Amino acid sequence: MSAIQPPSSTIWWSQPLDRVEGTWIAIALVWSLFMFFMMPFWHVYGKQNLSNEAYRTTPEAFMSKTQAMIDQYTVRTETAMQIPVVAPPPGSDVYLLGRLWQWYPLLELERGQTYRLHISSMDWQHGFSLQPVNINTQIVPGYEMVLTITPDTLGDQTIICNEFCGIGHHTMTGKIYVTEGRP
Amino acid sequence: MSNEQFRICPESGLQFHKPAENLMRANAVLAVVILLIGGVAALMVTLTRWPAVHLLPADRFYQLLTSHGVNMLIFWIISFEMAVLYFCSSTLLRCRLATPRIAWLGFVLMVTGIVVNNLAVMNGDASVMMTSYVPMPANPNFYLGLILFAVGALLGCFVFLGTLVIAKEEKTYEGSIPLVTFGALTACIIAVFTIASGAIILIPTYMWSMGWINHIDPVMYRLVWWALGHSSQQINVAAHVSVWYAIAAIVFGARPLSEKVSRTAFFLYIAFLQLASAHHLLVDPGISSEWKIFNTSYAMYLAVLASMVHGLTVPGSIEVAQRAKGFTKGLFEWLRKAPWSNPVFSGMFISLVGFGFLGGISGVVMGTEQINIIIHNTIYVPGHFHATVVIGTTLSFMALTYFLIPVLFRRKVMFAGLAKWQPYLFGIGMGVFSTVMMGAGTLGVARRHWDMAFTNSAIGFDYPASAYTLMGLAGISGVAAIIGGGIFILVTVSSVFFGKRLESESIYGAVPTRLMKAEPIVEPAGGHAAAGKWGFAAPGTFIFALFFLAVFVIYYAINWKYLASVWPMS
Repeated sequence: MSAIQPPSSTIWWSQPLDRVEGTWIAIALVWSLFMFFMMPFWHVYGKQNLSNEAYRTTPEAFMSKTQAMIDQYTVRTETAMQIPVVAPPPGSDVYLLGRLWQWYPLLELERGQTYRLHISSMDWQHGFSLQPVNINTQIVPGYEMVLTITPDTLGDQTIICNEFCGIGHHTMTGKIYVTEGRP
Repeated sequence: MSNEQFRICPESGLQFHKPAENLMRANAVLAVVILLIGGVAALMVTLTRWPAVHLLPADRFYQLLTSHGVNMLIFWIISFEMAVLYFCSSTLLRCRLATPRIAWLGFVLMVTGIVVNNLAVMNGDASVMMTSYVPMPANPNFYLGLILFAVGALLGCFVFLGTLVIAKEEKTYEGSIPLVTFGALTACIIAVFTIASGAIILIPTYMWSMGWINHIDPVMYRLVWWALGHSSQQINVAAHVSVWYAIAAIVFGARPLSEKVSRTAFFLYIAFLQLASAHHLLVDPGISSEWKIFNTSYAMYLAVLASMVHGLTVPGSIEVAQRAKGFTKGLFEWLRKAPWSNPVFSGMFISLVGFGFLGGISGVVMGTEQINIIIHNTIYVPGHFHATVVIGTTLSFMALTYFLIPVLFRRKVMFAGLAKWQPYLFGIGMGVFSTVMMGAGTLGVARRHWDMAFTNSAIGFDYPASAYTLMGLAGISGVAAIIGGGIFILVTVSSVFFGKRLESESIYGAVPTRLMKAEPIVEPAGGHAAAGKWGFAAPGTFIFALFFLAVFVIYYAINWKYLASVWPMS
């Protein structure tokens, strides 16, 4: 029994490496370095990266920016709650807020166009999870995250919440409609 | 030092110091009681997330999910780890335990903390999940219980360190501490860091919940909390890898391939594992990509390298020991002829394979900065950590417990036939459970979510039918694994309290003997690797390692491909 006994020689670090270990360490180290450099590589050549753009904000300040966008670009309302559907022009700043228990407002974006999507929370932490395309980020009160997104699939995407936010967590949803664009 | 305090176990040759023995027993029993509470919660949670059953109402579900998380991830594992620390110091080094009274004080604080925290959760106003992200408030006793528990565990760490000092002072061992004790020391050092991080964040949060502080920044909270939350899982990694080495030594008489490599790998854990707080912040606002990349990769994956090294050297040392016994036919006779019906071995080996293939690979993939975008907070995440913490840590602790029942508790294992099958039911059930949850997470199913059908939501959403199938399979395999966990509790509790006593062998008054160095390595004729192939001492293990790497590379590539299919963003 040896792993539960002191090493046979006190100067254990001078014991030579076994060939099987040396070979494996070399392979594993190369793979580790490859995986490390893959991340900066994707920042340069990949298309799916989170921006590092974020600002401190307050629920009031973020709410007023969202409201200004709603006042200007609402195209219709939906559901019994009359939730506004907002279609901001391509390239513009789009605001989406998470609160107990709703993503607000609903958005209508054009395929292939790029938008600056600002997201923040009015209360607790929420998880922005866009389904079925499957994009997930953490939404934190007091922080305004900016994602520059280019929707490239037509149809409905549902925003669900995937950070636990209390008893109504499972009812917290929203929508992003992706359209061909108005003529 | 009075001799009445010591006994020597006739089968294992291990020497027990009575106060240490009592503390180990108390901590192990406490751990199993917590495992039972957490297991009942696990059953309720599983039956609720199984769409066809959907057992609990939402408030109960979140309450029991909180209970399950805190009891399993913190209380069960750290309580058991205290027993492991005392075993690896006092028992392995054949010395008296430092300050048993302080160790008991630590134990009482831990029990108090567990009770205070559990009462807060049972009260219903602390259903905030294990992570208790601010600004969602919990009953102050929720945080207070965690703080008391952490202080108790910290005292246990200091007793462990004090015992190492005593062993050295009193020269109870020759040369350097054994590898397993070295691994336990690694776990202890990480535990001190972890508990300090916990104090730094939970004490202010407690004060906030009492109304003495009015604001805690939520991103700062997440950063520091995860230095507790993730690093505490790294205590587990160091502890269960030590348990793997210990079981390889106990069952096979295996010695490490080289002390240098295994110890350096443990040192890499100390140096880099704590950076993993970043794994939870990869899609958070306000943190730069440079910081995320450096930290999420543990500084260029050096801690991953360490785990890949242990993943080779643990089975490699078993292979070398088996080949020395004459199991040299082909590449895998050593493994075929391993004692598969001994739950000490089978539990350890399933733990190793499950941790590496399911937990290790998925952990690295989801911890890649950009890939996290398609995985964060989906049920993929609990899929991953049930493979690491449950198959890796819990199953290896179960395997060690089967060894400890006769050696530490002096009882015969009851229901030995059931015990033989338990690691398979638990390990394979949990393996399927983890895999199907990862599959459902890939389809976007959320974690910590009561209703994947979004009932009563103003805007509905339908997951694909395959997501429902996978969650149904998660329900079935989860229940299978829970039955496996129940068998473990049945076997251990009935053995410890009602098992046949091995009375004649509990004689105290043994003369303490010194722990001698391992025999020098006897080179077989024809050189070190003569029993192996291609100049490798452990060729079968090497083939396994290459297979592991191939799976890793393919799965890593698939996830980049999947990421490339989602909306462009920058």
